[in-house]
Order: sequence, then structure tokens, then C-alpha cells
Amino acid sequence: MAILEATLKANGLIVAFAVVGIAVWISYLLSARLTAGRVHGSAIAIIIGLVLAYVAGRFTGGENGVADIPVLAGVGLMGGGMFRDFAIVSTAFGVHIGELKKTGIAGVISIFAGVIVAFVVGALVAIAFGYRDAVAITTIAAGAVTYIVGPVTGAAIGAGSDLLALSIAAGVVKSILVMVGTPLVAKAIGLDNPQTAMIYGGLMGTTSGVAGGLAATDPRLVPYGAMTATFYTGLGCLMGPSVLYFAVKALFG
Amino acid sequence: MIIYGVALLAACMVVGTFVGDYLGVLLGVKANVGGVGMAMLLLVTASASTRLRGLVEGASGEGIKFWGAMYIPIVVAMAARQNVVAAAHGGILAVAAGVSATVVCFALVPVLSRLSAKGQRDHADTTGQQGGR
Repeated sequence: MAILEATLKANGLIVAFAVVGIAVWISYLLSARLTAGRVHGSAIAIIIGLVLAYVAGRFTGGENGVADIPVLAGVGLMGGGMFRDFAIVSTAFGVHIGELKKTGIAGVISIFAGVIVAFVVGALVAIAFGYRDAVAITTIAAGAVTYIVGPVTGAAIGAGSDLLALSIAAGVVKSILVMVGTPLVAKAIGLDNPQTAMIYGGLMGTTSGVAGGLAATDPRLVPYGAMTATFYTGLGCLMGPSVLYFAVKALFG
Repeated sequence: MIIYGVALLAACMVVGTFVGDYLGVLLGVKANVGGVGMAMLLLVTASASTRLRGLVEGASGEGIKFWGAMYIPIVVAMAARQNVVAAAHGGILAVAAGVSATVVCFALVPVLSRLSAKGQRDHADTTGQQGGR
């Protein structure tokens, strides 16, 4: 047993390939047998991943889901930012420049609209919950933008760690909901072509959410959504501690 | 050679990420600004160029396609390493903020999408007479 554990730990990334492969295989089996293919296999795989992350988090008390279990630490590397971005970039292979140009200015507008709308909605929720302090409202609202914009903004304007945790939680909720919810609403919002995917990427913005949501909806749309989403967090970090904070401050002093 | 394609992909990502990080520092933002997007544009440009054909055709291209096919498994691994417990325990405020922001933005997708389509039609109308596309 100790030898097995040592083997698994020494080959983390390889173990992750095997484990994720099994999880994907089970998911596609469930998709075909239980839902007759109506729920995409990758959507089920993502949900299984999230459930395992929850169980592991309860079990280990860590922040990295399954990756906090020592023999599965490789899942953390495989699902980390480096491999995620590498795989996202590779999906651009075969993309036509023309499709990107067709969306044009609407794609740019969608990024600004996405940041501002998420921030305003987050701010309204914070106010509804009784917050009247500009720093608190801004930090929570920035969390509704993404879980990176939240703590970056909060730290910049001097928010306490409890507020930072709250804003990260809001961002993670958004990211998970985008992953799981996108295939469910895809038809209703017309998410079936490159142009809409670019606008969707700009509006939702959370890279992990958009990556997971589009994978579970139609993998061919991934590069288009990722293209706009990649500018979202940067713009959010730019606007959060500056114009958006000043606007809240002007209203709530 | 498969490695040529993988190397091209890696080079695009390194350059794009570097530019994104640099842009972040220039703007005084503690984040990468559009690095992945720029890497994607580099890859799109490179794969359309005739001079770099040897890096994207045949076996070399397979090296890039492999990573594209690994995208979904990587996303599954990404899901499995999220802090789902924190999201569930952030309390009703975190859930309310996250859910409302997501729902409102979902609802805006068709609105902006229609604006984009309208813009294209208007453009087509004005250029149509000269035999535009």
C-alpha cells in the first residue's frame, strides 16, 4: 500500500491523466445510457469533477478540491492555469480571422458591458444585504465580476480578509454556475455560432466558467468565447479599484 | 514532426502571456491583460502564413490538434480542483451575488448578439451597392 502510494505520488500528472480519463469515460457512458445523449458527456464530467471537489474539500479542508488529496495532486497541475491556457490557445488552430472580425465592435462592447453589469448587480445585492460602506460594496461587487477581480480590487482599496473571502466566494459561485448553466441556457440565448460565442465570452468573462460552459455546449465555440473572455479579468482589475470604486464612493461616501 | 507544432503552440503562448503580463504592469493592474487572446491571435496568424506552413501541416499540425482534443479533459480536471466548499459556504450573500450576476449576463447575450447582427446588416446595406459581400 505504501509502495502504491509512493508510485502514485511520484507520477502525479500521469495519474491525473488516467483518473480524468476514467471520469470522462464514465460520464459519456452515463450520458448515453441515462440521458440518451441529451445531456452532453462533458457536462456530466464537469459536474462529477465539481462534486468530487466538494467532497474532497470537506474531507481535506483544503482549497484545491481533489488536488489536496496527495495521490491526486497531479489533477491540480493538469487542471491548473498553465495547462488550461495551453489547451485554450490550441483550440484557436483552425479559427478563421473573418469570424472574429464579423463580431467586431459588439465583442468589445460585450467585455465592458460584462464587467459593468456584473459589478452593478453585485453592488445591488450587497446593498440589499445591508452594506453601506463603499469599500465593502465595491469588494463584493468586484467578486461578482470574477474571483480574481474581487480580491485584487479589495486588496487595492484596503478591504479586510473577511470581505475578500466573501468576494472570492461570489466569484467562484459565478464561475461554477457558468460552467453548469451554459449548456442549459445555450438554446434560449442563441449560443450556437461564433459571433454569439464571442459576445457570451465577453459578457460572462470568467475564464474557467466560459471554458467549462462552452466545452459542455459545443467545443467548436471554445476559441471564440475564450478570445473575448481573456480580456475580461484584466479590464475588471483595471476598472474595479478605479472608476467603479470611485462611482460607488460618490454614491455612498 | 509533431514537436514543431507543439513548439509553435508553446511559443505563441509564451509570447502572448508575456505581452499580457507586460500590459498588466504598464496599466498598473495585478493581472494578465488578454495574454491568452493574443496567443490565440498569434497562432491563428501563424497557421495562416505560408512561410510557417511546415510548422502547421501534416504531423506538426497533429501536435497542435492533440492539445485541442485534451481541452475537455483538462477542463474536467480544472472543475475537480475548484474550491466548491468555499462557494457553498460563502453564505447566502455570495450565492445571491454570484447567481444574479450570472443570470443577468446570460440574459444580455441575445440582446448584444442582436445588436451585432443588426450592425452587420446596416453595414451590408451601405456597402451592398458596390457589390460588397
